[in-house]
Amino acid sequence: MTTEAGRHELVPQPATIPPPVPSAHSAPYWEGTRLGELRYQRCANGHAEFDPTVICRTCGSRDLRWECSAGLGTVYSWTVVWRPQQPAFVVPYAPAIIDMDEGYQILASIVGCDVADLAVGMRVAVEFHPVAGGFVLPYFRPV
Amino acid sequence: MRRTRRANLPPVPGHPFRDVVIAGVHNTRQARVLEGETSLTITIDAALGALDDAGLDVRDVNGVTGSLSSDLAFELGLGPVWQSASALGIPAVLEAAAQIATGVSDVVLIAAGLAGVYTERASTAPWTRPNNEFVAPYGMFTAAEFALVARRHMHLYGTTAEQMATVAATIRNNGHVNPAAIYAGRGPFSVNDILASRMVADPFHLLECAMTSEGGCAIVLARADRVPDLRHRPVYVLGGSSDRLGPSYRHAPAWDLRGRDPDGIPNGYVGRRAARRAFSTAGLTPADVDVCEFYDPFSFEIIRQFEAFEFCGEGEGGDFVMDGTIGPGGRYPVTTDGGLMSFSHGGQTSQLLQRVIRGVQQLRGTCETMQVAGAEVAMCTGGGSGALFNDVLLLGVERP
Repeated sequence: MTTEAGRHELVPQPATIPPPVPSAHSAPYWEGTRLGELRYQRCANGHAEFDPTVICRTCGSRDLRWECSAGLGTVYSWTVVWRPQQPAFVVPYAPAIIDMDEGYQILASIVGCDVADLAVGMRVAVEFHPVAGGFVLPYFRPV
Repeated sequence: MRRTRRANLPPVPGHPFRDVVIAGVHNTRQARVLEGETSLTITIDAALGALDDAGLDVRDVNGVTGSLSSDLAFELGLGPVWQSASALGIPAVLEAAAQIATGVSDVVLIAAGLAGVYTERASTAPWTRPNNEFVAPYGMFTAAEFALVARRHMHLYGTTAEQMATVAATIRNNGHVNPAAIYAGRGPFSVNDILASRMVADPFHLLECAMTSEGGCAIVLARADRVPDLRHRPVYVLGGSSDRLGPSYRHAPAWDLRGRDPDGIPNGYVGRRAARRAFSTAGLTPADVDVCEFYDPFSFEIIRQFEAFEFCGEGEGGDFVMDGTIGPGGRYPVTTDGGLMSFSHGGQTSQLLQRVIRGVQQLRGTCETMQVAGAEVAMCTGGGSGALFNDVLLLGVERP
């Protein structure tokens, strides 16, 4: 049985987890991850938006364009999950909200460190790992 | 009791719910699994139980809402009847009160129930993890959503594991002594007991999380002058409202998530706007509240709600819960039946009504355990910041 005592290196989930089910407006995002790009939207007034939308949530602009993030950000909040959502997930895993340098937030898991090293303010960089259905998920690793 | 009406917020002239009473409440048997029951059978039991508690007959009902309300209209032969699939819990209570206040209905039944749905126990309950392409692939479910909110508060204000565990121990001990609670007799719990339970989603240990269970419950609201023979002391709706920022569990639950107003109330204090509205309608302040039947999906949520509703300052919630304030005999006893952690989380929606039912029982003075002596104002809530919504309801014994 897995317990929280001791050291636990965080690793990406196996490719066998249920893949994302894309929506009408997210296709450019998932195309990007397949190419190793972390894409987000920016409106005509300069507001960065994620997740994909049809109207800027900050100003209401309908003029949104896809841009490519440099993939760098800072951990805003984090958790470590020890009871998996579904058996396909391997624990522990560490979903986090990342403040991206471009000015938007994204939810993704942290990998490449021990659970004891997680901290708000930690600098992280994106990396990509494939799952079923031809999808590629972004994860973040401390830098 | 305390009657310190705020001078700059006069009561609404001619209170809209002056003629509305909560006439009946009922919880069915609650259990981890209700063998032989379906959502329909348990919802019918709940509905009939609440009508019996009110001293009313199915033929008195001319409005129905809640889960399976369409089925109830048919199976109980309520029709033709006003029926709505309102958002459950407190919004349904407020909608029912408005139906009565505007003369559309005289007796409105709100019922909820669930059984036989959560069967695949290797996964978390299905309602904790709606599919979403940007959340689900990271293994998110309710505990992780609320943990992300709690962690940010810990970072901002130094809120501690002991403070959160104190909330869990208080509520679970309320359930421990309540014979109707699913986890009756499972305690008592010390703070150390809470912290020694296994971690679910850091910082939440198992005993800081709501249970999953099955059960039904129902509430009957009525126009006071149309139902002269109520069985119980009437309880009045003094005020209430709802705050929502978006769909639950589909977007990152950031503390600082806001609507378009950059100075607006953040998700971390979702419920504040609703609480201010509710207190304004009631002509009351937090100091007037005698019992806090707060929604307790996770321990931190109680700390957050005391701050959101301005019982204490921002960042002070951790200290606020530490000196006996929220326990038996304290100034603001919280979630007195054991709540979602120990009484029941009766499926997907019952628990959203069960805080209201307990508030009514407190104001009637009929709680078998943890009755707050002389309680005149109860504050009941639903939801929380991890789910991007928070509903509030103020109940009282005085006709508004």
